[in-house]
Amino acid sequence: MSTWSRNNAAAALSCAAGLLVLLGLGLALLWAPEDADQGISQKIFYVHVPVALTAYACFGWAAWKALRLLWLGDERYDLESYTAVHMGTIFGVLTLVTGSIWAKVSWGVWWSWSERQLVLFLILFLFYSAYFMLRYSLDPGPRRQRSSAVYALFGVVLIPISFLAIRLAEGLIHPVVFTRDGPQMSDSMFLTFCVCLAGMLTLAAALYSVELAGKRIDERMRELRELLA
Amino acid sequence: MSTGEKYLAAAYLVVFAAVLTYLVLIALKVSRLERDLEELAELARQRADG
Repeated sequence: MSTWSRNNAAAALSCAAGLLVLLGLGLALLWAPEDADQGISQKIFYVHVPVALTAYACFGWAAWKALRLLWLGDERYDLESYTAVHMGTIFGVLTLVTGSIWAKVSWGVWWSWSERQLVLFLILFLFYSAYFMLRYSLDPGPRRQRSSAVYALFGVVLIPISFLAIRLAEGLIHPVVFTRDGPQMSDSMFLTFCVCLAGMLTLAAALYSVELAGKRIDERMRELRELLA
Repeated sequence: MSTGEKYLAAAYLVVFAAVLTYLVLIALKVSRLERDLEELAELARQRADG
């Protein structure tokens, strides 16, 4: 993809993200009905769940790029995988913070160690946080690229476990919204959730392209500096 | 404002603050890249002159 196409893709993604996030926010706050049990605090669902699913998507994307690096040996996938882990970690922090706020208002506690879903997400988050320690403990080069890729690929195993943990859990304090019978919510709530999810995924894609462009420019500048030194 | 509304506002503000912080970081990065580019241009000019 040319630089022109990349820049325009980032601009288009940013516009789409802005529109979808604003639309989702409007629908969540003004249109979607309040939950009968939780009241207005249930509307945290429209930000917490899309952010969590976006974090999973980023880690999954990082693993896919890591696999491409190991399979094809193309160096550019290293930077793409690293950027996706970077984005996933940011959305992971947001998942933990918004989840804690929701837990406090719903359960009366900021965190519950007995909930497998929460603990598994924390493990996934810490696993990917350790990715940066591994990456920066090695000198730049093929060894660092391969080690980082293998690590990013291993982490993806935790995603389905974390995602399914809620269905395997016995405690069931954490609500189950998506079951085999479909989403357990009204049509207006589900539509609002879909718009919020689309907005968050597009926002992540926009941030990913901007971050990747920045990292690529950094690399080119380093190469130029070495050539001119 | 009810307790539920306060927590709801907090959750949405956290995400908004994160995006805003990211925007500030990107702006700082662009400024740094501009400075670096200026340095490289100066180096290239010196090379060309001498």
